[in-house]
Amino acid sequence: MENRPQIDEKLKNEVSKQGIVVTSLQEIYNWGRRSSIWPMQFGLACCAIEMIAAAAARYDMARFGSEVFRSSPRQADLMIVAGTVTKKMAPLVVRLYNQMADPKYVIAMGACAISGGPFKDGYNVLKGIDRYIPVDVYISGCPPRPEALLHALIELQHKIDGQQLTGPSRAEFLDPEQPSEFPIPALGKHDLEPPANTALFRPPSIQRD
Amino acid sequence: MNPIEQIKARLEANLPEATINLVPNPSPAGQPSLAVDNAHAVAIATFLRDELQLDYCSNVTGVDWLDRVVSSKEKITKVVDGKEVVVEETKEQKFSGYLEAVYHLYSVAQKQGPVIIRTRTVDRAENTILPSLTPVFRSAELQEREIFDLYGVRFEGHPDLRRILMWDGFTDHPMRKDYEEPDDYEYEPTPHGDVLEKAKRHYIEEQS
Repeated sequence: MENRPQIDEKLKNEVSKQGIVVTSLQEIYNWGRRSSIWPMQFGLACCAIEMIAAAAARYDMARFGSEVFRSSPRQADLMIVAGTVTKKMAPLVVRLYNQMADPKYVIAMGACAISGGPFKDGYNVLKGIDRYIPVDVYISGCPPRPEALLHALIELQHKIDGQQLTGPSRAEFLDPEQPSEFPIPALGKHDLEPPANTALFRPPSIQRD
Repeated sequence: MNPIEQIKARLEANLPEATINLVPNPSPAGQPSLAVDNAHAVAIATFLRDELQLDYCSNVTGVDWLDRVVSSKEKITKVVDGKEVVVEETKEQKFSGYLEAVYHLYSVAQKQGPVIIRTRTVDRAENTILPSLTPVFRSAELQEREIFDLYGVRFEGHPDLRRILMWDGFTDHPMRKDYEEPDDYEYEPTPHGDVLEKAKRHYIEEQS
């Protein structure tokens, strides 16, 4: 906020009544970005059905500018990890994330994408996609209702609105030192190798006796 | 439906060299099954399909039976110092483990079923070979692949025996009872039971 030219809110409201819009480059840039978040078209399990419902007429994701589901990661801004990520599928999800162009965002939709959900103690399910890629919004639910997905989208829009274009607290995608791609795990003999990206994933290590 | 004893008798009459054992089922389901020997499994399946019109194999399951010791107590009279004394002795009987494939066969033509047949491996370690019934029942193909993947049973005569759920480089068989999971434990707010043991192991490993 510090190096952003301050516009007096009152003045702004006053002139807007006269048909004049006063804005900053950052504001209009973020407005454009948040109003056209194009998700990537892929679903992994039953959450995908709810995602489809959210995009269809009844819940109408188009109200928030996100109706354009792209089949190519190169054209997508948002990855909705909708469903159970099996260990066999995880390298492909990370690869798709890496192929997306910056700025890119991730919504982990549902219990499975967050933590493995009901399959957490199984041998074949990844215990949360945040082990390999950074997640912006988590939605709980099994599966979450379309309203929850829309809420996540609105939360993401708020996040984009607050992102700075310059200065030390600028958005991650504008910082050349922040990684845009993450290592793809290998399918090992017993598990994915490595089991988590330790630079990214730091679970609380609380020990009980 | 023909009672399973009748089916067994017909099989034995037509395939006299095959060994077929009736496996009772004491549970409320009360579905006895036939344990058939591996050498004649394909011939038996073909007979069931062609002669008894069991044309539909709906389900193939794997079962892992561990080595087990059954101890039983027996009262034995012994002569101790000239007197007869009744002594209880525990006898231990060892059963070696094996892997099993269970086939549920139905007859769509006669609207009957299921007839359950089982094939068993010699042991759990090296001789985990069973005859494939895929040449007889095509619907067994993917499910036999699943048993191969998760239990490590190699089906001889299977047209395309590959892993189906786990990836090709994977070396374990997760549905076996002695399968050891990799340590990818994640924080759990209220661990208990097996999960608590897992958590303890994980944190000990993390500290060392």
